[in-house]
Amino acid sequence: MSTQIKLGSDPSQPSLRPKPPGRLKLYMTAVLILALIWGSGKQTEASLGELFTGMPNMADLLKQMFPPRWSYFDNIVRGMLETIRMALVGTTIGAIIAIPVALLCAGNLAPNRWLYYPSRLLLNLVRTIPDLLLAAIFVSVFGLGPVPGILALTVFSVALISKLTYELLETVDRGPLEALTAAGGNYFQRIAYGVVPQIQANFMSFVLYTFEINVRAAAVLGLVGAGGIGLYYEATLGFLEYDKTCVIILFTLAVVLLIDYASTKLREKLL
Amino acid sequence: MIELRQVTKIYPNETKGLSDINLTIRDGEFVAIVGLSGAGKSTLLRSINRLHDITGGEILINGQSITKAKGKELRLIRRNIGMIFQSFNLVKRSSVLRNVLAGRVGYHSTFRTLTGRFPKQDIDLAFEALSRVHIMEKAYARADELSGGQQQRVAIARVLAQEAKIILADEPVASLDPLTTKQVMDDLKKINQEWGITTIVNLHFIDLARTYATRIIGLRAGEVVFDGPVSEATDERFAEIYGRPLQQGELLDEVVV
Repeated sequence: MSTQIKLGSDPSQPSLRPKPPGRLKLYMTAVLILALIWGSGKQTEASLGELFTGMPNMADLLKQMFPPRWSYFDNIVRGMLETIRMALVGTTIGAIIAIPVALLCAGNLAPNRWLYYPSRLLLNLVRTIPDLLLAAIFVSVFGLGPVPGILALTVFSVALISKLTYELLETVDRGPLEALTAAGGNYFQRIAYGVVPQIQANFMSFVLYTFEINVRAAAVLGLVGAGGIGLYYEATLGFLEYDKTCVIILFTLAVVLLIDYASTKLREKLL
Repeated sequence: MIELRQVTKIYPNETKGLSDINLTIRDGEFVAIVGLSGAGKSTLLRSINRLHDITGGEILINGQSITKAKGKELRLIRRNIGMIFQSFNLVKRSSVLRNVLAGRVGYHSTFRTLTGRFPKQDIDLAFEALSRVHIMEKAYARADELSGGQQQRVAIARVLAQEAKIILADEPVASLDPLTTKQVMDDLKKINQEWGITTIVNLHFIDLARTYATRIIGLRAGEVVFDGPVSEATDERFAEIYGRPLQQGELLDEVVV
């Protein structure tokens, strides 16, 4: 080949190039973020010194936790099973309710504007309420036991799954929907044939993820009397029986790891 | 029969999409609509089944006004008009068969379609449609496993399963290579001739339009500037319509029939 492109053969080139954009914005952003972190620390009176003086206490607590009192394990199996059942029921009911809610909240699929804005507002409102507070409210309404816990987890699941799903819905390919409209399909048929196949794998993955979170959340709901393993946390911590608490923590860890492993495998199959 | 009477479309930003279009398309015709990008080809086609609303005039399908139709009436008119798209518009994660069956939704109640239980006749019809376009062996494959040309044939099968009387094809071959283009256009032509389905195709290539269509409609800036049989649609005539000689990109010489 006779024609070769010689790089750097034209000395006039550098002056012709456009100027790279300034980096001032980047530096300013970094300064701003550092200032925010420092300011937050200052305002909350966080100090590294306190962390160090607290170290011996932490070591002491850990020492009391070991060795774990394994015999306590038999007492908590029932509570743990209840926690998992609460999470399972709450997540399932929540997932079912989340489907219509997500459809109402998705900007591209909402049947009409008058439902879209109130649904979004409501969803944002629900998401700002911490699940522990929700559980406390339901306990005061329905009394102690797993029912208020399940209700709290249901509401929490609706909020989380709807949010993730409507964001997913807003990214669906509109082409198949157009094709179904052209074929004379109505709203429900468009959703069932054009949207559901596009999102179902991701939706299942959201439900599994929510289930994982709910098992963890259900573990602390007992603190406000909403059933599950949390009751045992409160009891053992109250009596300063840290070796028992340790068993609960290890058991919870094992369950969470197991569920995490199972749902990861399931998601791999789905996607 | 499709009748367009003084059809006008003005977009919300005041751009004129279509202006005062009067056309009558008889049953069984194979019409090609040609024109440059932005001439209003797609807008015109999508007005016929009302994927786009028009702002003035009226469109009649077999004497029935689709412009005025609402709800179920509109869906029943649309059921008789199949559409084929440049980007195929299949559900990629669904099987080929399910995509073809999606063409049947207009025939069944919402409840029945939601349960996904199609009657045996529908399944038979879907397989027949797939065999028509020579792709039956792919019935249980996922749509995204197929090549572009195969996907477009699935889309044609969907329209056949729909038992449409009219086919609207919006740039059906624009994302296909010349050989696949020929196969897809041959399929459309065969369906038009054997089943007498009125076919309206938007095409970018003028020679392709001349090869397959019986009538050519030329659009420029939302107006009909040519309407006549293929014999009158010469290169010279188009140069006149486009205001310049035809360019390389507007002819697809490789396609030999």
